[in-house]
Amino acid sequence: MAVVKFTLNGKPQTVDAPPAMPLLWVLRDTLGLTGTKFGCGMSLCGACTVHINGQPVRSCVTPISTVAGKTVVTIEGLSADASHPIQRAWIEEDVPQCGYCQSGQIMTAAALLAKTSHPSDADIDEAMHGNICRCGTYDTIRAAIHRAAEIRRTEGGSR
Amino acid sequence: MITSVNRRSFLKTATGGLLIGFYLPERSELSAAPNDAKLNAYVHIGSDDTVTLFIHKAEMGQGTVTSLSMLLAEELECDWNKIRTEFPGVSPEYGPYQGVVGSASIRTSWVPLRTAGATAREMLIEAAAQRWGVDKSRCRAENGAVTNTASNARLSFGSLASEAAKLPRPASVTLKDPSQFRLIGKPTKRLDTHDKVNGRTTFGIDVRVPGMLHAVVERCPVFGGKVGSFDASKTKAIPGVKQVVQISTGLAVVADNTWSAMEGRRVLKVQWDEGTVASISSAGISKDFAAHAQMPGAVARKDGDAAASLATAAKKIESVYETPFLAHAPMEPLNCVAHVRPDACEVWASTQGQTAARDAAAKITGLAPEKVQVYTRFMGGGFGRRARADYIGEAVEVSKAIGQPVQLTWSREDDLQQDFYRPAAYARLTAGLDQQGWPVAFSARLICPPFGGLRDGVARTAVEGVVDVLYAIPNILVDYHALDFGIPVSYWRSVGYSQNTFFAESFLDELAAAGGKDPLELRLRLLANAPRLHAALELAADKAGWSKTLPAGHGRGIALVNNIGSFTAQVAEVSVERGKLRVHRVVAAVDCGYAVNPAGIDQQIRSGIVFGLSAALKGGITIDRGRVQQQNFHQYDVLRMEEMPAIEVHIVPSRNAPGGIGEASTPGIAPAVANAIFAATGKRVRRLPIRSEDLA
Repeated sequence: MAVVKFTLNGKPQTVDAPPAMPLLWVLRDTLGLTGTKFGCGMSLCGACTVHINGQPVRSCVTPISTVAGKTVVTIEGLSADASHPIQRAWIEEDVPQCGYCQSGQIMTAAALLAKTSHPSDADIDEAMHGNICRCGTYDTIRAAIHRAAEIRRTEGGSR
Repeated sequence: MITSVNRRSFLKTATGGLLIGFYLPERSELSAAPNDAKLNAYVHIGSDDTVTLFIHKAEMGQGTVTSLSMLLAEELECDWNKIRTEFPGVSPEYGPYQGVVGSASIRTSWVPLRTAGATAREMLIEAAAQRWGVDKSRCRAENGAVTNTASNARLSFGSLASEAAKLPRPASVTLKDPSQFRLIGKPTKRLDTHDKVNGRTTFGIDVRVPGMLHAVVERCPVFGGKVGSFDASKTKAIPGVKQVVQISTGLAVVADNTWSAMEGRRVLKVQWDEGTVASISSAGISKDFAAHAQMPGAVARKDGDAAASLATAAKKIESVYETPFLAHAPMEPLNCVAHVRPDACEVWASTQGQTAARDAAAKITGLAPEKVQVYTRFMGGGFGRRARADYIGEAVEVSKAIGQPVQLTWSREDDLQQDFYRPAAYARLTAGLDQQGWPVAFSARLICPPFGGLRDGVARTAVEGVVDVLYAIPNILVDYHALDFGIPVSYWRSVGYSQNTFFAESFLDELAAAGGKDPLELRLRLLANAPRLHAALELAADKAGWSKTLPAGHGRGIALVNNIGSFTAQVAEVSVERGKLRVHRVVAAVDCGYAVNPAGIDQQIRSGIVFGLSAALKGGITIDRGRVQQQNFHQYDVLRMEEMPAIEVHIVPSRNAPGGIGEASTPGIAPAVANAIFAATGKRVRRLPIRSEDLA
């Protein structure tokens, strides 16, 4: 067991866990933050995507020991009230169907938008390639990312 | 008992907590507010004007929560912006079988739920009339309140609810004429979106119960195999592992978190008795299919005399087609929380079959079904897989063994390797054309593992999609061989249509080519007496610009299906360039009867196309020595963002009773693409998934 300190959704967090335990299971089973989803356990589907130091990372293959001292943001911490431009666009476009992959889709898309304020279709293809949706919401996800970029531009938000 | 559960679950809304999926302990001491009222099995109105609609079906993405709420709210006349929804427990109030299979939710709810909404509304109006001492005809319900049309006085539903609940339920109510609909027929946004974008929706896998442990199960890699002996000493040394329990499907490793359970499972040593399925491999299955294709099977349809007609036909065409086993691979791996006590059992599950879940738990525990409570949670996809209760039974077995609540979770590998698959299938198709090139005889021999029961040697689930084609061909013979290899098979989005529509619609295209006909022209002619499918086809062809010229290397293909009470036509446009297939555009037209929520229909048609396209381009489960060879998404890939075609959905206006929608578009995409490939390249694809070597 190892004591790991990191910042989680803006607050200091300490956990005592086996060093190899993936961040995904620390979030879900130890800390009760179930918004981050288990999908494949092998970094193949993107459902478990969180931000570590602002980068989109697959938490299912991220040992908790590697998170020490870093800043982790999960879907619960993206905004307090679904007000992030990506979330607002997702609501406007009514993106989710079953919704299970959407935490990961949203976290990946939010990281894209933070880096690229005017994502092209090619940028979206590249960024979102690793996020699987079995309900087939890809076209509305694409529309929502474009819409989120527009929201951010018109409102000049810094997120 | 059911009422008390509903009342408790209602409290979560009344107390302002999470709307759905928020766990309250079973022995809650909380009691309902005194003036809350349940007006019937579907409608609950709180004294705070909260309207809670009980959705007796389940939500796996298909939009049932929204569309069923629309049916209730249309007649209830409540404020759409203030409704909340709950999944109730299993109850005879909701019919003999609660579950979501066969795209049946709207079809089976169309009259009952509007009636339930109208009944509740009439009781509220009656309560208001009594309060005011006026005749009911002076009162009108609107937007969550009853108005006295003479005085303009207004009473909110919440202020009337407890009085209304004491009134007798009206024996009959008059439902609105569609011309009066305010909600039904309008594109309506989903009610479940908000919580799905902030991570707050509780899927089955997100259920947390006090004292809950976590379990995973090691199952025999060969179907039907049993535990011989095992050594759990290394497993028990893993930190967090509590115990190892043998259950009917294998060995459950129980730990205080999922990861420890998985780690413990990794070092578990098991000797399996593999059983007879260990001799089964995909190559052998294909060989067996081909051998049976030479022998007559059980007759599923016989019109005229196909053999005689074929013998005299001007031209005879024969082809064989083959499709693989397919996994469902819903994004949420299977899971279930169970808590078995000596006198009761609770089950929290994302399930398509609440009644089946309850009955499975009752059987395992020996409890009466009414002692089992099923708490339905949102599903992260289902596609038919969650109609089975095997994973629920496993959790119940483990909880029973350890005497504690437990969450049992499948890995993705478990999901792909221990599924109830879409059966692998084989078709030998023969047809005869007359002198003018029109089909006069069609004969289909279908071979695949059966499920759902045989009648006179035929499983409906194995022949649908061929046996019920609407084409006017005078001589038709369909027969079937039920071959069981011991590989579990079951419902997969669109069931038998998922392979048989590929066979039928691809082969019809072959007939068009052989007879020198345009594929659209041939279909329109053969569907002269099938007006709904004919109209859907005309609409799709028109919107797709069927007659317009395409760039070199591009081609268009049509496919049609009549399933789940709906009629769907698709036109796919593809290109094959340097051996690489690209699906550019799919135009779909559907006649699904009255379109309750056009926005939901649009979503489902798109969703079904993507699901079918994933399978057509990439899907295939193969068997080696009784074991599934695919382990995770790297070997069972699905469609990705950059592979999405542009999809257009058109709805044929209709006043017919609603049909289903969730499975309407899945069958047609594979043959539409295959037919488009033929148009582009002259290559006929007769097996799935589509392989690059079949394009060159």
